[in-house]
Amino acid sequence: MKNLLTSLLAVLALAIAPAHAQELFPSIPKALGEPHPEGNEYWRINHPALLAHDRDLVVLEGIRDVDASLVGCVVCHAVNGPDQGPVPMPVNAGSPDNSCQVCHQFVAIEIGCFVCHASVPSKEDVAMILPQYSADDEGWRAYMEDLAALQEASQ
Amino acid sequence: MTSPLHREKGAELSRRDILKSGAALATVTLAPGVTLMAFGGKKAAAGEDMPADGLKPGARWGLLIDAAKCPEDCSACVSACSAELGWENNGLETDPQWIRKVTLRDKETGRTNSLPVMCQHCESPPCVDVCPTGASFKREDGIVLVNRHTCIGCRYCMMACPFKARSFVFAPVSGQKSIAPRGIGTVEGCTLCVHKIDRGDGTTACVEACTATGNNAMMFGDLNDPDSEIAIAVATYASVELRADLGLNLGVRYQNI
Amino acid sequence: MDRTTYRELRFTPRFWGLVVILGAFVAAAGGIVLYVEHYGHIVTGMNNQIVWGVPHVFAIFLIVAASGALNISSIGTVFGKKDYKPVGRLSNLLAVALLIGGLAVLVLDLGRPDRLVMAMYTYNFTSIFAWNILLYSGFIGIVALYLYTQMARGVPEIAQKSAGMLAFVWRLALTTGTGSIFGWLVARQAYDAAIMAPLFIAMSFSFGMAVFMLVMFMTTGISTRQFPLALRTRQARLLGIFVAVVLYFTAVQHLSAIYVAEHAGVERFILLEGGIYTLLFWGGQVLIGGIIPMIILFSKQAATSGRLVGLAAGMIVLGGFAQLYVIIIGGQAYPLEIFPGFEVSSSFSDGVINAYTPTMLEFGLGIGGVALALLLALGGMKILRIMPDNATE
Repeated sequence: MKNLLTSLLAVLALAIAPAHAQELFPSIPKALGEPHPEGNEYWRINHPALLAHDRDLVVLEGIRDVDASLVGCVVCHAVNGPDQGPVPMPVNAGSPDNSCQVCHQFVAIEIGCFVCHASVPSKEDVAMILPQYSADDEGWRAYMEDLAALQEASQ
Repeated sequence: MTSPLHREKGAELSRRDILKSGAALATVTLAPGVTLMAFGGKKAAAGEDMPADGLKPGARWGLLIDAAKCPEDCSACVSACSAELGWENNGLETDPQWIRKVTLRDKETGRTNSLPVMCQHCESPPCVDVCPTGASFKREDGIVLVNRHTCIGCRYCMMACPFKARSFVFAPVSGQKSIAPRGIGTVEGCTLCVHKIDRGDGTTACVEACTATGNNAMMFGDLNDPDSEIAIAVATYASVELRADLGLNLGVRYQNI
Repeated sequence: MDRTTYRELRFTPRFWGLVVILGAFVAAAGGIVLYVEHYGHIVTGMNNQIVWGVPHVFAIFLIVAASGALNISSIGTVFGKKDYKPVGRLSNLLAVALLIGGLAVLVLDLGRPDRLVMAMYTYNFTSIFAWNILLYSGFIGIVALYLYTQMARGVPEIAQKSAGMLAFVWRLALTTGTGSIFGWLVARQAYDAAIMAPLFIAMSFSFGMAVFMLVMFMTTGISTRQFPLALRTRQARLLGIFVAVVLYFTAVQHLSAIYVAEHAGVERFILLEGGIYTLLFWGGQVLIGGIIPMIILFSKQAATSGRLVGLAAGMIVLGGFAQLYVIIIGGQAYPLEIFPGFEVSSSFSDGVINAYTPTMLEFGLGIGGVALALLLALGGMKILRIMPDNATE
């Protein structure tokens, strides 16, 4: 009887706790570019499967025109680091401010992707995903400034 | 008549006990794997429906290298590959080398020669045969690649390759190029600039660099396209495969070795 | 009908001492694995020319010895030699323990050991490596079943014989697979030989018996148990024959290779000019691992002196490590013949003998695997009724 009561209390405690977790939910940095047509909730839940599926299309079949390309994620979801010279640079996945890490460190799931993949975009990547920026220093500076403006707006 | 000695708790378990604990052990061990397979099996089904529009149908990409046009002191191809794909060889035995310049000296005649050697993109690659997880694979268009998501870093492909085409990543990597993800603990090698081919550049970094130097020792193209420059060249002029005795039908051919 | 009584090993101070020492080695190996996984294989002596090093030497030795250790129970069950029946359970236990130790070293030396689970359901069936993984796991299951038929009451004789036969055939397939890892590589001058498979089978007989006898003496040392002299005498003679067979296959392997002009270079390297490899071949494999133990084992004194036999077994083990070092690392040290007839040089060590300096980390990992195997065997002997309780003569 005592065991039953104890386990019941434990289950109740576990059930109530997540309700309060709303206040602890990480603030996900805003991203550049068009929002995903399927909605953020869809992408938050399904991005592991989508990334895995599309990576097999790219690697094994050479189909590059996919929705879930890591380069695409990295370009739009880049987050600038604090005060890194005249133009702030995006932080890589080693930093907890990186937009992937903000959630992943909250749920304590290690990201394996950036052991191999670049977590910081290059000029060419930016020009490919967001054509409004040109693939040169001019376009790069515009991209950085827009990122900085976005971050300030969401402060 | 069993003596009291044999009734004590010991290893002489009854068959039922063993089966019960065995079943429990098997369930605990197999359940995670079964779950993984149930939820991880999607990709195979999806892949079959997809059209292979990423690849040129019927293509077989290859290189033709003229050793006579390759000067001994030029390594533009190596520098270009290094810059394009983001690897560096600083002379350490653990540094990667996806393409290298090899200097030859004929033992009988003393004639010297030089040429670049990289992954030969065999039609029957020994590395693909021996990879336990199938990470080393050949694409439909003949390019032999390492799927680094599946590579467990066993290095058996490195043992099996007759051309020492592959390198192992010995230390954590940072600052990778986005077109060439590479990381610790996996095996890598020449990708025949698959990223350039797939976006329609029609050439590789090494061939581009060689052409830019004016030596024109390297040619890239579709060996299966009878109208391509490379197909006409190999049909007209003599060319050989390295280690032709192995019968691997290589995608890289050499002239004037 | 087997009238032997089987007992667990007792807790003695020596038993605990051994457990502590073995446990320390296993813990050290665990630390090494974490260190190498964090910093990368650059901290080891392996490089792009020598990709398989000392850990693989240890792993392959343990796996080959595991398959050979099963032989003892096969002689009792499958071949019906009643002197061997009492040690059948110990043989099975040791086979599984050695295999797990060897696999542990092999798996923990992977570049990405965290991907092992994925490797278990992503198979490339043209790879002998993939087949080996299936053979190794199957071996553990089959030998466990075999041990069950030996230990459970009321199991009919036919069940034990069938399990024993299955295990025997399976282990031959397993060792053939292990030898073929090297024998099926066309790329390297030292491999690409069908004889590698039978050579490894012969090695398994020899190393397995030698390791088994050393473990027997180890348990004698930490308990009051003595194994029957009749058994030990037969084992010593059999071990001598096994060593001779290994020497035979080695001779055939090298004589055939010498005869072929294409392989003259690598044979000259291994047998004459290879420095450490030549020393390990003639001194380690042939002399210490072959000729001297044979002389000891075929001598009259070996029939009664446990110490001499133990010495011979120890030398065979050392010779076995030397043999595998020459095969695995010597085979990689000799350069690939990409351009036959040419002298070759490049920035990627073409055309040169490749150097390898193993670090203590690699030895630590390998020894940790041996310690793990022995620890598992000791654990099994303590928990299960494995040790035969035959009175000494």
